[in-house]
Amino acid sequence: MNPDQLHKRLQEGLGIEIEWSEGPVDPFYLIPSDFWVKAGLFVRDATDLSFEFLRSLCGVDYPDEKSILVVAHLFSYQHKMPLVLKTKIDRDQPKIESLASVWPAACWHERETYDLLGVVFTGNPDLRRILLPEDWVGHPLRKDYQPPNQYHGIPTTRPVVDCDGEQL
Amino acid sequence: MSPIIEPGPEGGFAIGKIDQLLNLARKNSLWYLLFGTACCAIELMQTGGPRTDADRLGMVFRATPRQSDVLILAGTITYKMSSRIRMLYEQMAEPKYVIAMGSCANTGGLFQESYSVVSGGDLFLPVDVYIPGCPPRPEALLEGLMLIQQKLEREPWLKKAWSGTPNQSDPWLKPRG
Repeated sequence: MNPDQLHKRLQEGLGIEIEWSEGPVDPFYLIPSDFWVKAGLFVRDATDLSFEFLRSLCGVDYPDEKSILVVAHLFSYQHKMPLVLKTKIDRDQPKIESLASVWPAACWHERETYDLLGVVFTGNPDLRRILLPEDWVGHPLRKDYQPPNQYHGIPTTRPVVDCDGEQL
Repeated sequence: MSPIIEPGPEGGFAIGKIDQLLNLARKNSLWYLLFGTACCAIELMQTGGPRTDADRLGMVFRATPRQSDVLILAGTITYKMSSRIRMLYEQMAEPKYVIAMGSCANTGGLFQESYSVVSGGDLFLPVDVYIPGCPPRPEALLEGLMLIQQKLEREPWLKKAWSGTPNQSDPWLKPRG
């Protein structure tokens, strides 16, 4: 199935207009955020698509557009083709329904996206930080993130010294 | 100073101060905690393997901090892991030593500017020996362990143990360099 056919199939399956682009690497389809889980269920269950494998789920911060893109990379082993779904959500109120009910693998990917970008996935069974300590403040992959000076008494920076011990 | 050891046909004898004899025993049973946080742990395992064979110097790995004398920081330390490492360190019985193995444990290494990586193990633990390398070869780690042996050989540990808590101003307790 070529990208154009895939686009038509997605539009008739969901009954809405879907933006899409050839993209620099893979073609991607911009799903409205209300249809995020519905689109996931559709591409998983439709027999001519059967994207049963969630390769990755992540987020991208666009502070200029005041938005965060949530990106899901899927693969269909049955039809041997990839699919990239994206959805745009508000940067100040980043909230979206969880895909964990569609692909259980999404659970930890969403935890990582929550940890690093602060996207809240409603319906995720275990939405905690995954890479950083649970009492960490802020979300480091946001473009305007300012790291703290210390964490539990551990300084986060190390003075750079030359071989004589002089600070550079 | 090491005690005078005189081997004999019927078993030998050793002459020295109690501290020296005590240190002789301590030096030859330097057990390290089998604990690694990243790729340096592979070299740590190799050090215990037959080619480098740390066993011949009395260095055996232990799977619990309660039986270990040395904590080897083998690998990248994240902030999330740092509190766990501190807990392991606090579970070890005195006297205890810390080796920072590899660039990451020394300074944060490649990941120093990262949001999640501690810029060096000495920012939250008293490190005794730093071993450069990425990762250091097993020979380098073995030399680091032998430096710990040299260090504890000079410690008047008995005096310290009897006087209660170790005195932090004691020059022997301070990391060298």
